[in-house]
Amino acid sequence: MRTERVVLHFPKHLADKPVIVNLVRKFDLDFNILKATITPDEEGVMVLEITGEDENFQKGIQYLKELEVKIQPLSQDVIWDETKCTHCAYCVNYCPTKALKRDEKTYLVSFDPQKCTACGICVDICPYKAMEIKLII
Amino acid sequence: MAKTIEEINEKIRQGKAVVVTAEEMIDIVREKGVEKAAKEVDVVTTGTFGMMCSSGIYFNIGHTKPRIKIGGGKVYLNNVPAYAGYAAVDIFLGATALPEDDPRNKYYPGRFPYGGAHVIEDLVAGKDILLNVTTYGTDCYPRKSLSAYININDLNEAVLFNVRNAYQNYNVAVNLSNKTIYTYLGMLRPNLGNANYSSAGQLSPLLNDPFYKTIGIGTRIFLGGGIGYIVWHGTQHDPSVIRGENGVPKRGAGTLAVIGDLKQMSPNWLRGTSIIGYGVSLAVGIGLPIPVLDEEIAFYTSVKDEDIYAPVVDYSKAYPEREPEIIAEVNYKDLRSGEIEILGKKVPTNPLSSYAKAREIANILKEWIKSGRFLLTKPSAPIPGPESGIKFKPFSGREIKEEVGKK
Repeated sequence: MRTERVVLHFPKHLADKPVIVNLVRKFDLDFNILKATITPDEEGVMVLEITGEDENFQKGIQYLKELEVKIQPLSQDVIWDETKCTHCAYCVNYCPTKALKRDEKTYLVSFDPQKCTACGICVDICPYKAMEIKLII
Repeated sequence: MAKTIEEINEKIRQGKAVVVTAEEMIDIVREKGVEKAAKEVDVVTTGTFGMMCSSGIYFNIGHTKPRIKIGGGKVYLNNVPAYAGYAAVDIFLGATALPEDDPRNKYYPGRFPYGGAHVIEDLVAGKDILLNVTTYGTDCYPRKSLSAYININDLNEAVLFNVRNAYQNYNVAVNLSNKTIYTYLGMLRPNLGNANYSSAGQLSPLLNDPFYKTIGIGTRIFLGGGIGYIVWHGTQHDPSVIRGENGVPKRGAGTLAVIGDLKQMSPNWLRGTSIIGYGVSLAVGIGLPIPVLDEEIAFYTSVKDEDIYAPVVDYSKAYPEREPEIIAEVNYKDLRSGEIEILGKKVPTNPLSSYAKAREIANILKEWIKSGRFLLTKPSAPIPGPESGIKFKPFSGREIKEEVGKK
């Protein structure tokens, strides 16, 4: 079994087609939609958590690729700029998935992109603009 | 036996001074007691790093050829308006200034991406800043406009001057209403959704010298990464608030006005901030050395987070309406744990000042003193304490209500 969070960019011609449902039907994968939107130029963007057997996972990803869906891990799209972070830890309790954490001894903040769902709260509230989402939505 | 600042300075010169941070002092006093700690420790260093809106800079750009008199005209730095009410080429910029075309909270909550504090950070970082001046001509200052790039090296004096800093304790903000609000203490979720605070607590300068016994006008400090000085008590200085048995104020109390050479400072310790729905502010790093002159000072510098209480205030109603209600008093140990209990509800806490940076400042100052590059100063005048009778008055001007009504 594996679980991964990915960002899918759907080309225009797929925007109104059932695609994700086939991950369940054809490949026995579970999915959890973390975010979904259609951009002004009609490209679809979806943040998805996919869980399933390794082999099915590979096949599912291959299926999406053949449909010309662009796929990248979510972790590439959310950036914590440590040079801007002052480790105030203001963001930590707002983060719904504990991707942002404070060490209880050093009081330093760390970011685990694997836990992040790109909800964007930290981007809104960080006074130092240390968090950035590159997701094009 | 009491020590003097001169004696401590002599030890610093000889490299023999015992310097510890306010955190370390807690353990020393716990283990050895006040009497022994007072004998052994010479200096306790403190630190704080948080947003301080009452910050600003002034600088002198030198005279253009032909000359221009900015005073009485208008001046912008990266499109942020600065103050042009001084002489010909002196400019003052406040941290919270916003470009005239910033939409503010018109699109609520506003984002405030760039303002005075960001100009200050960029200037300190050595970046070029766009200067635009329009003014009137005189026989001695004929020029009426100026557009140029300037950076910190082009300036004569460049000085950080903060009229109110290093607040001695502060409100903990909560929201009792049923909608999210955006304040200078951050985003507050409805129905006691979170509690936000802003103090370095046991590391905070004025909480380690609650009656201002060792510091005063002329005290040399760590300011923005360079060396600065206390020049006056800060605005809104309020030494007469309620205090605990340990002397520590239970409300926002003392404040400091500080000054320092901007050219020595670094963007590590002076940082422009954007507070959603509120505006722009400057995060400032400040560290004060406290000479351990006697047992009383040793006791004060051993103050712990659990001994410092702050008032919990509703920022949806009591604060904006200037009502006196305080919901509860909570200590900084609980606040720093990430969760407190208010009105029977468990409430997550969010710090706005960086404890990690406060600790770093206290350690830097400790190293500066240990290495002999930073000597202590004897204040030339004290900061007024509770005995001064100074109180922070509310607005007592006479509003012209009819005039407002007519418009």
